[in-house]
Amino acid sequence: MSAAKALDGLAGFAVRRVIGAVVTLLAISVIIYVVFYVAPGDVAQITCGPRCSPAQVQQVAGQLHLDDPLHLRYWHFLQGILAGQDFSTGTSVQHCDAPCLGLSYQSDQQVTQLILAKLPVTFSLVLGAMTLWLLIGVGTGVLSVWRRGRITERVLTGVTLAGTATPVFVIGLVLMIVVCGQLQWLPFPQYVPFAEDPEQWAWNLLLPWLSLALIEAARYARLTRSSMLETLAEDHVRTFRAYGVGERSIVGRHALRGAVAPVVALAANDFGGSMGGAVLTETMFGLPGIGRELVHAVNVVDLPVVVGMVLVIGFFVVVANAVADVLFAVADRRVVLS
Amino acid sequence: MSLVEVAGLTVAFGSLRAVDGISFRLDKGAALGLVGESGSGKSTVASALLGLDRGTGAVVDGQIRVAGVDVREASDAQLRRLRGGKAAMVFQDPLSSLDPYYAVGDQIAEVYRVHRRVSRRAARARAVQVLDRVGIPDAVRRCRARPHEFSGGMRQRALIAMALACEPDLLIADEPTTALDVTVQAQILDLLHTLREETGMGLLLVTHDVGVAAESVDEVLVMRHGHVVEHGPVAAVLGSPAEAYTRELLKAVPRVDARRTRPGDAEAPGGRTPGTEAAPGKTAQGAETARSAEAADVPLLEAVGLRREFGRGRRAFTAVDDVSFTIRRGETLGVVGESGSGKTTLGRMLAGLLRPTAGEVRRDGRAVTGIRPDVQMVFQDSVSSLNPRRSVGESVADPLRARGERDPAVRARVSELLTRVGLDPAHYDRYPHELSGGQRQRVGIARALAAEPDVLICDEPVSALDVTTQAQVIALLDEVRRELGLALVFVAHDLAVVRRVSDRVAVMRQGRIVEYGPADEVYESPRELYTKQLLAAVPSLDPDIAARRRAERREPATT
Repeated sequence: MSAAKALDGLAGFAVRRVIGAVVTLLAISVIIYVVFYVAPGDVAQITCGPRCSPAQVQQVAGQLHLDDPLHLRYWHFLQGILAGQDFSTGTSVQHCDAPCLGLSYQSDQQVTQLILAKLPVTFSLVLGAMTLWLLIGVGTGVLSVWRRGRITERVLTGVTLAGTATPVFVIGLVLMIVVCGQLQWLPFPQYVPFAEDPEQWAWNLLLPWLSLALIEAARYARLTRSSMLETLAEDHVRTFRAYGVGERSIVGRHALRGAVAPVVALAANDFGGSMGGAVLTETMFGLPGIGRELVHAVNVVDLPVVVGMVLVIGFFVVVANAVADVLFAVADRRVVLS
Repeated sequence: MSLVEVAGLTVAFGSLRAVDGISFRLDKGAALGLVGESGSGKSTVASALLGLDRGTGAVVDGQIRVAGVDVREASDAQLRRLRGGKAAMVFQDPLSSLDPYYAVGDQIAEVYRVHRRVSRRAARARAVQVLDRVGIPDAVRRCRARPHEFSGGMRQRALIAMALACEPDLLIADEPTTALDVTVQAQILDLLHTLREETGMGLLLVTHDVGVAAESVDEVLVMRHGHVVEHGPVAAVLGSPAEAYTRELLKAVPRVDARRTRPGDAEAPGGRTPGTEAAPGKTAQGAETARSAEAADVPLLEAVGLRREFGRGRRAFTAVDDVSFTIRRGETLGVVGESGSGKTTLGRMLAGLLRPTAGEVRRDGRAVTGIRPDVQMVFQDSVSSLNPRRSVGESVADPLRARGERDPAVRARVSELLTRVGLDPAHYDRYPHELSGGQRQRVGIARALAAEPDVLICDEPVSALDVTTQAQVIALLDEVRRELGLALVFVAHDLAVVRRVSDRVAVMRQGRIVEYGPADEVYESPRELYTKQLLAAVPSLDPDIAARRRAERREPATT
């Protein structure tokens, strides 16, 4: 088979996967909409908030098209996301650009704006932490395979096991107390936007990165190690041993190559998951990110914000999964063939 | 000094002595065959020559000198220089023996650079050169392909190319053709022979196939349970074996040129000549006779214009194309073909496991679809076709329970079936991994018989077995066919095995039947060129004939 044809297969695979992702997202949006807006209780009252007057509640009900049949209500919701929406208060009209996730009546903001304000924080946290956990995790995995059967491996296995077992708030708290409190090497973290001061951005995020990365790294170390050991047991490794290829090349070239696909796939998945799931780290270090905003919105029952957040997080998870699958196929072309 | 000197070699894994006191020598340019059944220790000897047992916990004793290196005493660095540099090894399964992630040429270049201080570029050029040498067409382009883009034969050529890269003095080939089709096997053996003539390297060939050894080596060493049974020139050992085991081994090897003998049929009422379309009911016994006699003219099972496609659009692929034949009661139809010829797809359609794209399967003259109790299948891989977590008795009982039978009737019937296939009823509570390959295949046959079929479809039922076990399983199949009046469809790639069991033979190629007729006719006076090529590619047990055939095969290439 020619290289061009293989790429064709790969492109086809990628297209199929993207279509799959779009369908999944639509399904998620339906489920979320139904769960939150068709649930029992007075939706307009809940959405508007506890301090709303009956007139205001009436207005919200109109803006949410609550009198329409269910499929039309969902259609309005979807239309808002894809094409934007106008919210009429009777006297004035507020336009909400696509992707419009609705209005937060309680904080008097558009949900999209609210999320966009928090997104860079979480994105900075996750991207930096992921870089660190990949370096630490894969490095540890390779080292423990390279020194397998010796004391180094046993120590590393123990450390990574301890790493997985330690909750983020313990690592984070210990790091803060030691680094910021006792040694005073760093100030207590406070988010500084990258655009404002890249250097301060990095210094302030260092501890959050580290504490998130240390926990994730343990899983990557274990995955890298087990994938590499699996490859080392395969026949082709025996071939290269029988041809006098040295251990360094066997571990670093052949065994590591076998770990690339699973590690890349896991990393892409974790990236999506962390976008919504880094709540603990964000709360711990006072970072105003997505996760913290979601917890807040749930606490005050700000329905449009919860729905928007869940949808955005779902978007990241689905997209990350699609990317993971395509990257896996790029790393291991045999996937496309089967 | 000889190229290889092995004296009193013993390899033990814990309390198991895999190799026990083996001695032999191999000179430059000579070829030695290590022949034995699985578990005889032949591959362990091959690995020990390169010190591949280091770090595996094997205890090695005795003398091993390869190309002047004392393998047991050598340092790791010395050993690495020996491996691939002076002695190169070619492994059995060419797919799993190459790294799936790297281009074939890069893998050869990597090995070359371990032994020669050359640039990456020069190493790549060398890879192209050796790939070209072993007959990979368009080597410049193909060296960038990954192993899965190669066919089985090309992968094996690539592995041989890797072995040639550093011009070793010794080539160790461990079952180099076992995974290959017979025509490809002949090409690879011819290639090994030519390379040996040209480069003068020594060849140590490890194989379970006596025919392959007869084709390729001057001297043969027969091993059993880690011991040497017989050692000498190939013509002497295979021509007039001195030891009982060697004789037994040779007797078990199916011959492509021997007519089928059916001892039981002589006693069967009426008797019958193999290969004729005589009234099939006569071989069946008891109730079967009565049932089939009235339908004597209607074939038991019939394939009419069977066709099967896989995939759609541009990727559509026709695995079986317009195949028709008939099978009568008590008769065996052999379906022979190389990999990809569609023989397994055909078998699965007959068993109702696959729906034909076109055409139909007829049973007593009526079209049928789906899985039916009266057509059962015996599969190739007895390991993966039995559930490892259930006892073999339970596996055999499945068809009975599916029919609604209950204990203790089921247990009694399973014990009966196990006895029928030559197993102890006590095997009921054993698990597949506790049984040998031959015993597992007997379980597979018992399971197929449980549904009381009158047609058995056997898909490569003996290809994973040693020749002596193979002979036993074939005898068992023949026995149940005779006693239960079954019709057998025997699908296999091994021409000799097919001849041993079949009344009629269908030769398949690329989804079509190219030749179809009574077995003796097809084998003794084949009409089609493809059938002739297949038969010519089967290794002969006689080294003289093998040499003549090799010369014949080479003719068209040179003219």
